[in-house]
Parts: sequence; C-alpha cells; structure tokens
Amino acid sequence: MSPRPTRLRKISNPPVISGFKPYGSKDNHIKADVFLQLEEYEAIRLCDYEMLNHHQASVIMNVSRPTLTRIYSKARQKLAEALVQGKQIIIEGGKIYFDSEWYSCKMCGSYFNNPEKQMEISECPLCKSKNISVCDDFNYGPEENVKQK
Amino acid sequence: MKVAITSTGNTLDSKLDQRFGRCSYFLIYDTDTRGMEFIPNPNKEAQEGAGPASVQIVASRDVKKIISGEFGIKIKSLLDSLKIQMIVIKEPEKSVGEIINMLNQ
Repeated sequence: MSPRPTRLRKISNPPVISGFKPYGSKDNHIKADVFLQLEEYEAIRLCDYEMLNHHQASVIMNVSRPTLTRIYSKARQKLAEALVQGKQIIIEGGKIYFDSEWYSCKMCGSYFNNPEKQMEISECPLCKSKNISVCDDFNYGPEENVKQK
Repeated sequence: MKVAITSTGNTLDSKLDQRFGRCSYFLIYDTDTRGMEFIPNPNKEAQEGAGPASVQIVASRDVKKIISGEFGIKIKSLLDSLKIQMIVIKEPEKSVGEIINMLNQ
C-alpha cells in the first residue's frame, strides 16, 4: 500500500529573502545548511507573525489541522537547530503553490486578482467601479485543473 | 503604469485573444504616456511552455497588469510571485480599443 500523496500547500507570498547567514562564529568549521521549506516558512508566518491559531492557519494553507501542526513543529525544530548550532538557513522547496485572492466586478463582468497582499483593492482596475466582490467560485487553484486532465 | 493586453491582430479593432500564452499579439499600453506597442508573439505555435515564455516577454517590458481571456496553470503562480495583476475578461467579442477606452476612464 502506497501512502497518500502530499497535499499541495497554499502559500500567499514568497518570502522577501531567500535565507539567513550567521555571523561572529567562534569556530571556522563550515557547517551544513538548514533547509527551511516554503511551507514551513508559511506556517511560521501565519502562526507566529500573523498570530493565528493552528486551525485558522490550516484553513489558509489548505491542509488539515494536524498536518499544519506537524509542519509548524518541524519548522520550529529547524529554526532552533540553526540558532543553537549556528547554521545557515536557506528557504526553498516544499510542495506548494502560490495563490492570491480573486475578485469580480459587477459593472464590466471582469475577474481580477490582488497580487499585493498588503494593499486592499477597492475598485475595479478596468472600469474603476467600486461595485466589486470577493469571488470564491472562480478558482484557479491547481486542484481544479488537475481534475480536468 | 504599463498594461499588457492579448490581441488577435495588430490593430485597435482586433478582438481580445482568449488565450494568454498562444495569443497572436501582445499590446503593451502605457497609461501615463498613452503610448502603445504591438509585439508579435513568437510562442504562438509552441508545443509547450508557451505560457512561461510569454510571461518572460511581457515581464521584460515591466508591465503591472495583464488583460486576457484566460491564464494557464503554469502562469498563475509565476505571475503571483512576480506581483503582476491578472485581469480576466470572458467576452471574446470585445475589441482591444474598447478595453483601452475603459482603462482611460
């Protein structure tokens, strides 16, 4: 029996940096790097930066609550290892996809997304109408496309 | 700010191309200077990888928004990480000129 395939984790934005370097090390041995996966970065961001609980974070990342807790504890373990042993952190990899929120305009009937998470969208980029709504059913997530194939 | 619009031809009367990666022309429109430029798409007949290649062409012109009828699965995550906004118009009969008029409002 083969295990179930890993579910794709939803990441809102890629991190602004690709890693961390330690400085002021006493010994000059080059140590192995710690590879923090993007899904682990996102778990840390949601739980410790946005201060969400594990259930809320799991809904955002589109995984189950126990899975989120496992990703999160692994991330904490890796960060602690890097901190204690003075290792370099590299953020990369993971089974993820980037996603942003979609809106629809009731005036011109167009759909558009919001690539800048920090900025709220209040008007349609096309016709400048304020009559827009968040669109749930217009999903471009990979799962829908995989099903069609 | 620059906007890319997928077009079926190289005039303002041409219709909006419903595909992004394999559209005939890209119309790059600058909302500040009102200048426009038609770029023929070399990936029109590409077997695969037309989407990412087209993104590269458009992103090199520093556009912030792309207007098309549909975006493929490979492009979506790419544009999200490049912070380019996607605008989807599901009206194949709309001409490129009409869309530019809407942008100028």
